Amino acid sequence: MSTTVAPDRETRKAKAPRPVVTDRARAENRLGQRLVAPAVVLMLIVTAWPMGQALYLSLFRYRLTAPDDREFVGLGNYWTVLTDQLFWQDTVNTLLIMIITVSVELVIGFTFAMVMHKIVFARGVIRTSILIPYGIVTVVSAYAWQFAFSLNNGFINGWLPFVPDDYNWFESHWPAMFAIMVSEIWKTTPFMSLLLLAGLAQISEDMIEAAKVDGATWWQRLYKVILPNMRAAIMVAVLFRALDAFRIFDNIFVMTKGAADTESSSFLTYRQVIEQVQLGLGSALSVLLFLSVLLIAFLIVRLFKVDLAQARGEG
Amino acid sequence: MSTQPRSLLRRARPALAVAGVLAVASGVLAACGGDDSSTGAADLVWYINPDAGGQDKIAENCTKQSNGEYSISTQVLPQDAGQQRIQLARRLAAGDPEIDIMSLDPPYTAEFAAAGYLAEIPSDLQSKFEDQAFKSAVDAATWDGALVVAPFWSNTQVLWYRKSFVEKAGLDMSKPVSWDQIITAAADNGGTVAVQANKYEGYSVWVNALVSGAGGEIAIDTEKGADATITIGSQAGEDAAKVVEELAGSSAAPSDLSVSNEGTAATSFASDSGAFMVNWTFIWNNYGEDRLDNDIGFAPYPETVQGEESRPPYGGIGLGVSAFSEHKDAAMKAIECLTTPENQGINAELTGNMPSSAAGYDYPPLAKLYDPKLLALFQQSLERAAPRTVSPYWSDMSGAILSTWHPPSGVGDNTPKESATFMEQVLQGESLL
Repeated sequence: MSTTVAPDRETRKAKAPRPVVTDRARAENRLGQRLVAPAVVLMLIVTAWPMGQALYLSLFRYRLTAPDDREFVGLGNYWTVLTDQLFWQDTVNTLLIMIITVSVELVIGFTFAMVMHKIVFARGVIRTSILIPYGIVTVVSAYAWQFAFSLNNGFINGWLPFVPDDYNWFESHWPAMFAIMVSEIWKTTPFMSLLLLAGLAQISEDMIEAAKVDGATWWQRLYKVILPNMRAAIMVAVLFRALDAFRIFDNIFVMTKGAADTESSSFLTYRQVIEQVQLGLGSALSVLLFLSVLLIAFLIVRLFKVDLAQARGEG
Repeated sequence: MSTQPRSLLRRARPALAVAGVLAVASGVLAACGGDDSSTGAADLVWYINPDAGGQDKIAENCTKQSNGEYSISTQVLPQDAGQQRIQLARRLAAGDPEIDIMSLDPPYTAEFAAAGYLAEIPSDLQSKFEDQAFKSAVDAATWDGALVVAPFWSNTQVLWYRKSFVEKAGLDMSKPVSWDQIITAAADNGGTVAVQANKYEGYSVWVNALVSGAGGEIAIDTEKGADATITIGSQAGEDAAKVVEELAGSSAAPSDLSVSNEGTAATSFASDSGAFMVNWTFIWNNYGEDRLDNDIGFAPYPETVQGEESRPPYGGIGLGVSAFSEHKDAAMKAIECLTTPENQGINAELTGNMPSSAAGYDYPPLAKLYDPKLLALFQQSLERAAPRTVSPYWSDMSGAILSTWHPPSGVGDNTPKESATFMEQVLQGESLL
């Protein structure tokens, strides 16, 4: 059986004749530009200026509490960072957290989305219950999970067979990473399922009905009809969550403070800029973090081959 | 045209609105700080570390005693000393005049002084503070040959033990004991030795005490700033690593060793297997009137090397005046008042944070609250205490220790040398921390 996908809007648009721009449309366009101008200026002040400042600072060896020792080092800070084992270790940690949590969230989130989509009784209650973790502040959920895994007052050790009661989850790398990822997954799966639910709701029942009539099994309908038609929604969900997961900070800050080599790239940047007040090195890290986020966004968009404007329902 | 003035007005409206908002805001902000012009008293703002009300009480006392010269209000800083440093440093780096007096943790005093955040204390006041305070308190408050903060309260660690346990183990606590002795005694008798070994400042405190106890230092020539000579890789560092390694590999290590702090150590000590603990003076008040059925004993801090007198950790708070304060003279008078032995005593009575001067210990209510032998031990410990390396780069040094010495189970023979190399690289900006 072949894959059934709704016709691509992009192709339809390409074939349509180029619309004539009227004076009225042009005037409205100008008005629109004037209306967004203050917001754009504000955005430039609060985002572009600090970004430019970070770029500039990253070229100096500069410690906030030793302003007299400020020294221009060119790309020296970038060299220090990129040749440092800690940077790569933290990058690997961050990527691992991103890949594992987003994959697990995608599977669980999809199941939840199906449940929320199909459920006929107590729909409101079930949808709300699934969304509760997302409504909880991350710091609160991180503390809750830290207490749960704690060997002094936690319940996880008692519940899990083969785990001794005095097992310290935060002593070594993998168990600590596991605890952090569990907290992250619990907290953000509802967000994933919400985005996927929106995608599910967009699939025409007719297509599924037609596949059913053609004799497609449940799995075939899922793989050949539902998933391909949800590609844009899945991409948005994966993109948002991946970028979010790549910037993970609060769970680690609360649960381990970066101990047991559980530090992420954001946490490393925070420590350099805020704790060590190394504005130069920290700014270099911030710039690299920003570039990494851009790269990940680019790769995900390329991987799913979806037009972002189309995914947002524009065009 | 008749419509022109109106359209001009319409165009000017947003600008007028902004001007109006600014005018109101500036009025409101102006009312927030500065002198209390009705009384002529300088309004001093004192940034304090959280406590049980001791600092508020003496701020009130000094305000009364100043006869209207100044009034002190307090603002509470975060609980964590590192966060206190960050908040103050960021505001002072921006030249914030709203901070007049601050309660500073000793390890960050040198950093603030070197950065020019602290107003110079007049020499007569410096001499007065130096004369009244314990030597360790003066050492921790001195940078570049001058006293930069007024020692306010001083803390030290002692060895706490369960009397029933040492009786069972047959350990003579009337003489100083070494780390090796207590670890062995605890391991042989099913007990634990509680310390602070989470990845936080408390662990650096322990490592510093162990290194100092073996006659060494983490760094020397610290006046050279980032070019200080790192000496943690010396024999003293190796002796310290041996202690950490011995405890981490022994059954005397509590299961939560790698995440233990002052609070969890206190809990481990109170549990059935609790035998020994090193912890600050205030922990005495943690166990209520009952003191675990009167089972808590205390002794000098354990020796790193048997027979060599220990150097207990030093902690506490010094009072500094901000270089950006608009009321420096009044603030100097205020810190003189806040650190009188009597006020140190009142603070100790309310908070358990002990005085930084021998005279403060004479405050009568303290004798009712504490066993006289314990008060004597605290003072003896403060005389011997080793402050953390006084350097503007202590936070980097401490971070480098935590990166290489944590978790305690990973500490081995090479750890001191590795940490020395790493610390040098960090100070030179060649390595990330």
